[in-house]
Amino acid sequence: MDIVDLARFQFAMTTVYHFFFVPFSIGTAFVVAILETIYVRTNNEAYKKLAKFWGNIFLLSFAVGVVTGLIQEFQFGMNWSDYSRFMGDIFGAPLALEALLSFFIESTFIGLWVFTWDRAKKGLHLFFIWMTCFGTLTSALWILSANSFMQHPVGYAIKGGRAEMVDFFALLKNPQLWFEYGHVILAALTMGGIILAGLTAFQLLKKDVSKGAKDLYKRSMRLGLWMSLIFSLGTVLLGDLQMKYLIHEQPMKFAATEAVYKTTGDQAPWTVVGIADTKNHTVKYNIDIPVMLSVLSYNKTTGAVKGMDEINKEMKEKYGTEIDGTKMDYIPPVNTLFWSFRVMAGFGAWIILVSSVSLWMLRKKKETLYEKRWMLWVLALTTFTPFIANTAGWFITEFGRYPWTVYGLFTIQQSISSNVSATSLLISNIVYFVLFTTLAIVMIRLVVRQLQKDPTELQESQFAQKFLDPFDKGAF
Amino acid sequence: MSFLQILWFVLIGVLFAGFFFLDGFDFGVGMATRSLAHNEEERTQIIETIGPVWDGNEVWLITAGGAMFASFPYWYATLFSGYYLILLVILVGLIIRGVSFEFRAADDPKKQHLWSTTLALGSLLVPFFLGVMFVSMIQGMPIDAQGNMHASFFDYFNWLSLVGGVALVLLTYLHGLNYIALKTVGAIRERARNYAEFLYWILYAGLVVFALLLFFNTDFFAVHPLGTSVTVLAIVFFAILGHVATFKGNEMLAFISSGLTMVALVAMIFIGMFPRVMISSISSKFDLLIQNSSSTSYTLTVMTIATVCLLPFILAYTIWAYWIFRKRIALPVIQTAEVK
Repeated sequence: MDIVDLARFQFAMTTVYHFFFVPFSIGTAFVVAILETIYVRTNNEAYKKLAKFWGNIFLLSFAVGVVTGLIQEFQFGMNWSDYSRFMGDIFGAPLALEALLSFFIESTFIGLWVFTWDRAKKGLHLFFIWMTCFGTLTSALWILSANSFMQHPVGYAIKGGRAEMVDFFALLKNPQLWFEYGHVILAALTMGGIILAGLTAFQLLKKDVSKGAKDLYKRSMRLGLWMSLIFSLGTVLLGDLQMKYLIHEQPMKFAATEAVYKTTGDQAPWTVVGIADTKNHTVKYNIDIPVMLSVLSYNKTTGAVKGMDEINKEMKEKYGTEIDGTKMDYIPPVNTLFWSFRVMAGFGAWIILVSSVSLWMLRKKKETLYEKRWMLWVLALTTFTPFIANTAGWFITEFGRYPWTVYGLFTIQQSISSNVSATSLLISNIVYFVLFTTLAIVMIRLVVRQLQKDPTELQESQFAQKFLDPFDKGAF
Repeated sequence: MSFLQILWFVLIGVLFAGFFFLDGFDFGVGMATRSLAHNEEERTQIIETIGPVWDGNEVWLITAGGAMFASFPYWYATLFSGYYLILLVILVGLIIRGVSFEFRAADDPKKQHLWSTTLALGSLLVPFFLGVMFVSMIQGMPIDAQGNMHASFFDYFNWLSLVGGVALVLLTYLHGLNYIALKTVGAIRERARNYAEFLYWILYAGLVVFALLLFFNTDFFAVHPLGTSVTVLAIVFFAILGHVATFKGNEMLAFISSGLTMVALVAMIFIGMFPRVMISSISSKFDLLIQNSSSTSYTLTVMTIATVCLLPFILAYTIWAYWIFRKRIALPVIQTAEVK
């Protein structure tokens, strides 16, 4: 493997791993904030216990999310130094603003929240967790504005061999950003709901659940299911809008996602499954639904979809058959995109189905969900689906950007740190891999340990400390 | 050089100085969990002095990195790709330190010693390798005409950079001891003071060696004789002030002094570098300068406006958080209600 492959592998590994924990912590932060809000408004102690119980899981995911995020900031300079030189004038600003506006808020208020249970006034303590949520929302906005620029560059000029910012607000007005942002945030909230409902299902499947605990779990279950239903519907809706936007903005990505090599007729059929033959540019073992692709793309029964071969030809004319001595082919990894989309959309539909069925089983007159162990098992196993769906979603976005780092401006080949050796990259890949595996094992073990506790018996304060007078004698 | 370019050069320095002042004592406290505390109760006690604030302190480093990327992308690209493996170790240190807090709180009490150890190890690795990085950087590194660094082992590790790494470990450790003395009651407070009283003597020896090597191995005294002398004297002054304050039991003054020792160190590095941001050992033609490695004035203006608007709020709620957690921490009361 050469340094480009190693650096690409590292980027994929570190971002995918980081993004296991990002939506996990955003979603559970909102879960905890909602639970605590209900507690503050109703004064029902049950919700306070729940907020603390799920809060501990939120904190674990937050900790791993923060430390794996560090790698991302360093990585651009370490592995992609020519990218940093080319893009720094534009790309650095959102990263710095993310730190200034979001990371300071998140880290300060999460510290306040953890250590002031039962000490700060209730309303103030609630304010701390909502500030943390606010921090996560703005953090996602800045980092996605940077990503959106890479997908769809706006507000720049090329001068002196680099991209220079000419309009900062264009970064924020980038339409790509708002589709991406909405889709990601709604997916994160869905994940919060699914994790809450799924882990609760695990708890209810245990044999020795106390009566008090069961009452608490039922409250979690309702909240989790409603969240996952509402937000997954929103996620699908935004995803659909995003795809319709892609047809015009990144037709290559869209065509690859649907494995369309040859431009279709006016009534485009939709390939449900199939395997792309990337050598001969055909699709094998395919099952097609007539006209469906036109419907999905344009909401009407007519409309052709441009194929990859034609787009490739156009791009070769526009950008050249060679960039900096590397022969260019603009077709991304088709099967990866095609199947990622099906996995993502499939799990999205699955989540909607499972949450609707479960909510139906929870209706007032016939609350049968808790007697149906098989359904609880289905819910419990669904906990893992958003992790896969999120990863698949990023695969589409990022592999679909191939062969560009910044769409139409700068290629992956051009972006690399040419002075970093393959050995160094190999070492860092191994180190990250070992570290990530270890963190995952510990993380799972600690989540299981937390789930073995009984939420009704959580002690008053995790940090039951008697604090002394401020700066008592001798401090100054 | 424009005003904005100089402003951002100074601001990057301020961010690193803030990072060492604040997160510096977190590293010191982290190291102290294995060297100063005698048992897990004491470890819990000192970890709790930084528990609510360490994460916010680390953001100073993240902001410094992000700000460097935004305002001096060529500096960021050369530094981060050039110090590849050293930064890898720093990242590993930051990662294992960062998760240790949460893992320790969530894990079985019997496993707490493991997370105290990873906390101490991470807290040792980060300042040592940051010290090696910054101090080798000021000696000049083999940077070519494209701004790429091709350094060998002895460019990274030599007498000056090793002394720099050890000095930074010692400084953060002393800063942590002073912080523990300020923020705790009981046996550990006395012990922290005793340790600090002794360690300052070693620091003096280290500073003399460092100043000599600085004179022979860098051009700092030749390029900026006044600035370098003043900042070196400031380092020594704050070290002695902190030592005296420790003897007198003035814990607040001791803590501020050890923080300012590191601020003076950062100031020395940034003043000595000026107007360069990276020094090439191949030819001074290849030095990266403030002038030619920065972002456009448009980007710098955007960043300046954003910083001016946001910084007051950041400072306000950071100070508020420290005020809320202003009390001293005692040994944890015996936890009877550890839930099965």
